[in-house]
Amino acid sequence: MPKLPGLIKGLGVTFGEMVQTLKPDRMGGGPVTVQYPHEKEEPTPRARGVIALHEENCTACMLCARECPDWCIYIEGHKYLAPPRREGGKPRQKNALDRFSIDFSLCMFCGICVEVCPFDALFWSPEFEFSEVKIADLLHDKTRLGEWMETVPDFEPYEAGSEAKVKKVPARP
Amino acid sequence: MTTVATILGDVTPSYWQSTLLRVLIVGIVVPTGALVLAIAFLFKVMAWMQSRLGPYEAGPKGLLQLVAEVGKWLQKEDLVPQGADRIVFKAAPFVILASTFLLYAALPTGPDPAWATSLPTGIYFVLAVGSISVIGVLMAGWASANKYALIGGIRAAGQLIAYELPMVLAAVGVVVLSGSLNLQEIVMAQTQFHAFGDWGPALPFIVVQLPLFVVFMAAVQAELSQSPFDMPIAESEIVSGYQVEYSGFRFLVFFLAEFATAFGFAAIVSTLFLGGWYLPIGLDLDSPLWYVLGPIILFTKIMIVSFIVFWVRFSYPRFREDQLQKLAWKWMIPISLAWITVTSVAVVVWQ
Repeated sequence: MPKLPGLIKGLGVTFGEMVQTLKPDRMGGGPVTVQYPHEKEEPTPRARGVIALHEENCTACMLCARECPDWCIYIEGHKYLAPPRREGGKPRQKNALDRFSIDFSLCMFCGICVEVCPFDALFWSPEFEFSEVKIADLLHDKTRLGEWMETVPDFEPYEAGSEAKVKKVPARP
Repeated sequence: MTTVATILGDVTPSYWQSTLLRVLIVGIVVPTGALVLAIAFLFKVMAWMQSRLGPYEAGPKGLLQLVAEVGKWLQKEDLVPQGADRIVFKAAPFVILASTFLLYAALPTGPDPAWATSLPTGIYFVLAVGSISVIGVLMAGWASANKYALIGGIRAAGQLIAYELPMVLAAVGVVVLSGSLNLQEIVMAQTQFHAFGDWGPALPFIVVQLPLFVVFMAAVQAELSQSPFDMPIAESEIVSGYQVEYSGFRFLVFFLAEFATAFGFAAIVSTLFLGGWYLPIGLDLDSPLWYVLGPIILFTKIMIVSFIVFWVRFSYPRFREDQLQKLAWKWMIPISLAWITVTSVAVVVWQ
């Protein structure tokens, strides 16, 4: 029977693994399993769970709705005249957002809308536990998207050395 | 059976009462054994060896998982493929199950063999009955009207037949040492076996039959179609081989038969090599305490042997068909023949 020492070592590996899994936590043992839903894992930085809307920044420019590959963002807005900023000025035309809904049953979580928004109104949030019984409830309206803003984490700092890449156009000498 | 009756009081059960009791025991012992084995070893120990926890939600710590499994399989649709030979297809799982149940008839669990009979041809009967499952496998493979099931069935038959021989030869070594085919006599011989002189306790046969023990364990592994010999049910290759067309209750029968057979063969190994229901703890053989201790000791030994069987299963990759056959014919049979010769010479010289 060739390679017998290797065979015995193989048995030892599995046995050792079993002993390690059965050791209590305080001795450094335990399985690698995270027992969801009793225990929850720490999400990775910049994890993508659900999209949140910061309504103040949104100008209803429709870029996100246009760029979305699934056409799952529904925006309705109207223009209104805001009072002039200074005395004797012209009334300013401003966009108001009537309806902003994202249909998460269609959304593929690609993040193009978040990337493309020029006014930083859309953010990623790591929340993922929003399953619904009725598929129509997966259409999150403006209020609900605003509620997700509370779960958006702080800005994650750039990796060391990447600030240098932020400049796109080299400075003229 | 009469000795047990005298313990219970002065009641002599009639033939039918004692038969009913025996049928009940085999009907309860076999499925319970399969249940304990399946849960404890297959799911949980496999999980621990892979650094995970196994089933955890069904029942406390996942112990009722097999109940959930049984329920799941029972509620599946019962299919018979269109071109299949209906009678053979339906009979195949039950042929395998029958061979498993027959195994339990010859097992001694106590001095006056407490729950089984004391067959004069014990080990011969056990090995013969173990071969019936080969017919069941061939029936399943052929009657499934599926090329891949047929391939699986033929491979399985080749493997099972090839490993019958090492199993028989390994048992012969034990038979030579104990001088009888009767399983009860084999255990009794181990209660008197003082291999290295008259000092020390009685030793089980494994101490002088280690190569045959290894050969027998490997043959048992092959008979159960466990990795590394699981070519017949090679999971990622031909899905379930000869079992592929079976669903629902019939598959459950295959599943239960596999574990019940594992339990049965582990019992045979414990009886032949590890001393069966006997432990040299200085308790006189006539004491009625053996009726309680005997089954418990046998059960512990069965668990140890099954642990080894499943441990090997979870550790090694699968053999190819030709490697498997080479191992049986070129290695196991010569080793067992050589060791039988050594044993026979030793028996003649030293006794």
